[in-house]
Amino acid sequence: MQFFGGSAAAEMTPSPAAPPGTATGLAGNNANMLYIFNRNGVCLLYREWHRPLHTLDAQQDQKLMFGLLFSLRSFTAKVDPTSVDKGNLGVPLLPGQGCSFYSFRTNTYKLSFMESPSGIKLILVTHPKTGDLRDALRYMYNLYVEYVVKNPLYVPGSPIKCELFNVNLDQYVKTLI
Amino acid sequence: MAAIYNLFIINKSGGLIFYKDYGSAGRMDTNDSLRLASLWHSMHAISQQLSPTIGCFGIELLQADNFDLHCFQSLTGTKFFVVCEPGAQHMEGLLKVIYELYTDFVLKNPFYEMEMPIRCELFDIHLSQAIQKDRVVLLGR
Repeated sequence: MQFFGGSAAAEMTPSPAAPPGTATGLAGNNANMLYIFNRNGVCLLYREWHRPLHTLDAQQDQKLMFGLLFSLRSFTAKVDPTSVDKGNLGVPLLPGQGCSFYSFRTNTYKLSFMESPSGIKLILVTHPKTGDLRDALRYMYNLYVEYVVKNPLYVPGSPIKCELFNVNLDQYVKTLI
Repeated sequence: MAAIYNLFIINKSGGLIFYKDYGSAGRMDTNDSLRLASLWHSMHAISQQLSPTIGCFGIELLQADNFDLHCFQSLTGTKFFVVCEPGAQHMEGLLKVIYELYTDFVLKNPFYEMEMPIRCELFDIHLSQAIQKDRVVLLGR
């Protein structure tokens, strides 16, 4: 029951309401894929909407993604030019500890990242020209709380197999610009 | 107010060949900057593997809570990256200028050995001028 009682979730919009910052007319295939990891690095969910290129098999891909996030987190905490005490490079960081990144962009995709206080990591990969998706990720986290955490049949830490969550997620992702 | 905090130049195999600090809080020792450079090199490579479509050339911009990191990779694999304030503009332009200075004052220097740390006085002078100019532009706005 480690995911219950997250204060951050309670402060945000209590139940899925109108998604923030979304378009209704220009619904496109903007999102490529979504990963959800828990704090132990277990991939709870991998969803793919548009991915022509697969370089690795699914498990290796998820491992590589988690590894990249882990290293980027310690990298940003160490680089952070505004803090005096930066700690050591490579030491695992607690959620919310040190300076974190929220997105990076390459010429072919943009990756947006969010970490909840309980260590749930949401990673959304979209078209490189997409704007700031921090609110969208927070909304997706709310969907996760509503449809996964509050599902009595869901065992925390196991892969997500909640129909309602997937349906709502797909619906929301279609509206992203 | 400094717009740019740090500048790193890493060679094609991930070794740090140039590092300059422009007023970030807290000291970073040489070992740490070397480690950060090679870490960035590998993450740059991993990001290409995770691309959903073909033709990815690695991270161009990393946005964090307290800073932005802009990276430029030349055709030969040398990477230039600056750590700057969040939302700082024209960093791509500045990186191109730095690259030009690198080609002019480092690569054309007959005493410079490829892939080795940069110790060229002219490069240092012109670089600080370029950064200074950039600061003036930023303050003038």
